[in-house]
Amino acid sequence: MDLLIVFGVVLAVVAVVGAPLRGRARGLDPEVAERAELADLEAAKEAKYREIRDAELDQRTGKLSEQDHRMLDAELRAEAIELLRRIDGVRARSGTVG
Amino acid sequence: MATVGRALLIVAFAVALYGIGASLYGALRGGRAWVDSGRRAVYALAGVLTLAFAIMEAAFLRSDFSFSVVATHSSTTTPTFYKATAAWSSQEGSLLLWVWLLSIWSSLALALTRRRVREVAPVATAVLMTFASFFLLLTIFYASPFATLAQPPIEGTGLNPLLRHPAMMFHPPMLYSGYTLFSIPFAFAIGALVTRRLNAEWIVSTRRFALAAWLCLGIGIVLGARWSYTELGWGGYWAWDPVENASLMPWLTGTAFIHSIMIQERRGMLKVWNASLVLATGTLAILGTFLVRSGILDSIHAFGASTLGVPFLILIGAMVLGSVGLVAWRRADLRSEHQLDSLLSRESVFLLQNVILVALCFVIFWGTFFPLISEAVTGTRASVGPPWFDKYTVPLAFVLVALSGVGPLVPWRRLTVASVRRGFLLPLAAALVTVLALVLVPGAWQQPKAAAFAGIVAFVLTSVGQELWRGMRARQASAREPAPVALAGVVSRNRRRYGGYVVHAGFAVLLLGVAISSSFQHAKDVSLRPGQSARVDGFDVRYVRATARAGAEKISLGAVLDVSKGGRHVATLRTTRGFYPSQDVSQGIVGRFFGGESESEVGLRAGLGRDIWAVINPNLEPLAPIIDQGNRTFRTAMVAVMSKGDSPRTLAQLYALRDAAVVAVAQRFVTRPWPAQFRFIVSPLATWIWIGAIITFLGGLLALWPAPATARRRVTAGYAARVARELARSAP
Repeated sequence: MDLLIVFGVVLAVVAVVGAPLRGRARGLDPEVAERAELADLEAAKEAKYREIRDAELDQRTGKLSEQDHRMLDAELRAEAIELLRRIDGVRARSGTVG
Repeated sequence: MATVGRALLIVAFAVALYGIGASLYGALRGGRAWVDSGRRAVYALAGVLTLAFAIMEAAFLRSDFSFSVVATHSSTTTPTFYKATAAWSSQEGSLLLWVWLLSIWSSLALALTRRRVREVAPVATAVLMTFASFFLLLTIFYASPFATLAQPPIEGTGLNPLLRHPAMMFHPPMLYSGYTLFSIPFAFAIGALVTRRLNAEWIVSTRRFALAAWLCLGIGIVLGARWSYTELGWGGYWAWDPVENASLMPWLTGTAFIHSIMIQERRGMLKVWNASLVLATGTLAILGTFLVRSGILDSIHAFGASTLGVPFLILIGAMVLGSVGLVAWRRADLRSEHQLDSLLSRESVFLLQNVILVALCFVIFWGTFFPLISEAVTGTRASVGPPWFDKYTVPLAFVLVALSGVGPLVPWRRLTVASVRRGFLLPLAAALVTVLALVLVPGAWQQPKAAAFAGIVAFVLTSVGQELWRGMRARQASAREPAPVALAGVVSRNRRRYGGYVVHAGFAVLLLGVAISSSFQHAKDVSLRPGQSARVDGFDVRYVRATARAGAEKISLGAVLDVSKGGRHVATLRTTRGFYPSQDVSQGIVGRFFGGESESEVGLRAGLGRDIWAVINPNLEPLAPIIDQGNRTFRTAMVAVMSKGDSPRTLAQLYALRDAAVVAVAQRFVTRPWPAQFRFIVSPLATWIWIGAIITFLGGLLALWPAPATARRRVTAGYAARVARELARSAP
């Protein structure tokens, strides 16, 4: 009985672990570096949007004056635009559509 | 089933090794199938270990004493709840718990990040599986939870009485969840360093795991403190014990990490610092496990003195050398993308806070390992006590709490004079009013540090309250919602920010409880007979009557106490000391029921103003002659029964007589009471330690809880549209 249980577990493990290796081999993944760069830039873009939102909340809660907020917001949006340009660049290079 | 358990551990070890190999092969060859197979090996590991853990749990619940670990850590008289949780009171069980939790959290992390961090994830998988292999190796070769006994005993030794406390049963799983969850950002940091993907993505992907680790470890630490307060019978909650310190160190560096990664996410700064912090936190988490499990330092919590020291030291050595080497190797890629805009900014406050947290960690590390350091240098093991720790940690805690109030008031990038005026005026006024008000409280100025700390806490609470108020008002102005809806709306849309602020408020309240309860505590050790009283901090505590209860599990001797002030009844407290039977037959047939381990049940009247705490320590000396007489009488009777070869029925009658005799001996504590030793403590604001902890963890949960996907998309889409319009306008 013990042997049967262990054998069953081993079979299940082999089935789970071996599934990606069966069937069509997916082979090498040459675009992995570009996708990673894109993911990095997307993460930076999301963080930048969050910064813009936080700056807006800081202004509305009185931590930033109207003038300080305008300056900071312009700065942040310029940085976000730069990130969007870089994202477009990577997408153009890898032929990915937005 | 022990055979199945042993076989499953070997299968798990093989799966872990396969996971390392497949992930690394896939990473090197760029083969998605191998990487996926490596990831699935982690899921399979979680499945196999869940089965192994279930077998061990079932053995505990069935009181299957053929399992060595069950025979030595449980008994038939152990209550079911404690049987289920006794597994992790043992070395073997806790190692299995560690690796099981690691496999569960790793599976969750890899499942959630399977479409992201694709370059980093295979290396992270290999690191996580290396940890799993290490712990599985220990459970297979050093401390197997499935070791069996050739001749199982009829009865087990039972769970250590000190561990029979609800908090202590949840404390290890929470601590281990914290340690294993910190392994995830550690593994992804290694992956990011190896693959040179050192931007924000790996941080974004693992931030929630770092926060969850911080939360679990924090809850574990507080549960341990609560156990100490209500179970250990000394009246304190923190003793700077090596094992306590071992859990606090990764929590401190983890706290620093979850603050400083915000700077890297936003500005691409502090990459070396963040990588070093998370690597140090991961290493300190393993160090914490090592200290509990090796018994290398004397601790009340180190339940397992063992031979695990050398393998752990090898792992920790490899982690330290590997971490330092990786950071040095990738130093060029870890350069900051920006500089600090201003020394007066939230970034600077975070940096200063990070320095304080790391300094605290260093002080605690030095104090904890001082016995080993002194032994290595002088040949004599010397240790430092609570006064040494207090001397260095108290000033650092002052600055840390003050910064937790300053942080929310300071905007990112730069602070202007106008915003200082707007933000700081009210909190500073609140701090000043609090300190001045304390001048009027008699005796408060005898502890000027505590009064000053109360001022700092008032500053923090006002600063957080002001932020919540202003956020709510801003939302009201824009959305025209009633106040509670507006508050809920602004908090729910900015959970990370306001969750963090709530944590700051809770932490300040917790430390206020610590500062006031320790500075103004009154304690008294007295010996009382029933009817006699003692006075502590204006409270009269009268020993009303003695109590005794003899059950199958233990004998409890205790007292009912009446607490009054100025003749007015305040509380009735009940405290007992439980004596567990010893397995040592040399203590005699009756004596062994009083000669095992013992634990205290504290009498506690907790209140928002003060805690009144009492514990009894009955002296068993007056019972010694009657116990000796009982031992002699029953030995003679037992010899007579055995020599005559009387029936099992006679033997059963003799055992029934013995049990009655034990009850009668215990009842003498009530019928002919003698003076008992008591410790009474009155601690002002002690309850606020636990309330502060609950607020802190609720704040952590709020920060951890993801915003609804639709709300996230709506907010992001709004800003994306704005920026896209800018982009279109600025296009050449």
